[in-house]
Amino acid sequence: MASATHSTHSATAYLRIFYILLVLTIVEVSIVYLHLPRILLVASLVVLAVWKAALVAMHFMHLKFEKKTLALVALSPFILCVFLILMLMPDIFPR
Amino acid sequence: MSDVAVMHAGAEPAETPLTPESWGKLGMWLFLAGDAMSFGCLIVGYGILRRASTTWPVPSEILGINLTALMTLLLIVSSVTMVLALAAVQDDDPAKFRKFMSLTILGGLIFLGLQAYEWTHLIGHTLPEHNLSFSKDLFATTFFVLTGFHGMHVTGGVIYNSCVLAAVSRGRYGAKHVEIAGLYWHFVDLVWILIFTFVYLL
Repeated sequence: MASATHSTHSATAYLRIFYILLVLTIVEVSIVYLHLPRILLVASLVVLAVWKAALVAMHFMHLKFEKKTLALVALSPFILCVFLILMLMPDIFPR
Repeated sequence: MSDVAVMHAGAEPAETPLTPESWGKLGMWLFLAGDAMSFGCLIVGYGILRRASTTWPVPSEILGINLTALMTLLLIVSSVTMVLALAAVQDDDPAKFRKFMSLTILGGLIFLGLQAYEWTHLIGHTLPEHNLSFSKDLFATTFFVLTGFHGMHVTGGVIYNSCVLAAVSRGRYGAKHVEIAGLYWHFVDLVWILIFTFVYLL
């Protein structure tokens, strides 16, 4: 019944991911209070958010242990969103 | 062997090469990819409206980011209890499964309570003080649409997880179903991580 194809579902491995997510969240909030220059703030927060989202997808959603093609299914909305932003560029930055 | 014969044997008609364990898992992944597109459009739309607006308040001055950081942690913790619940049901430990699944549901409920508190406070105090409102400016509109859409997903997740808890307790669902429910719950967590960054922190 259980999906035995997955490797170990050890609690310690999950807790390790939790501690990383906890630290990253604290770093995120601290960055806001640092009042960094806007470009630096946006860049660091976006990197941290994508990092956290990737940790959740890879470890909690077990994407790391799935077939590579399923990762393409998971990535497709992000690719489409990048296209969406590119297509709307003329509206975002009008000449 | 024909499809019908296989179904009579209680197995699924044929296996999918993407998720050999179950079709349901592939179905959930496809649903989540579509759902991610909905959230993606809302977030991109939010970014464009914000970029195009001449005035936009600093979110961290109006929204309580300490409270929402706590809400973020709460969802992350409930994700952890969800994977622990899955590990428990895979180890055939029903008592441990019920404990962790109940904690997951409780985490979702507390999150919704905090969101209700946050919304009430915003609508009643903070927004009027800054002369903002849902009906007349884009900051409040995009905020309520995005967090509201996510809140509905959390509500759905709490109901879904409660149904899975009941079905596993009665022996009708197994580890396979818990894993699929987990995918949905982690996705809700993942989306909140992005909303927290784009709507609250930036």
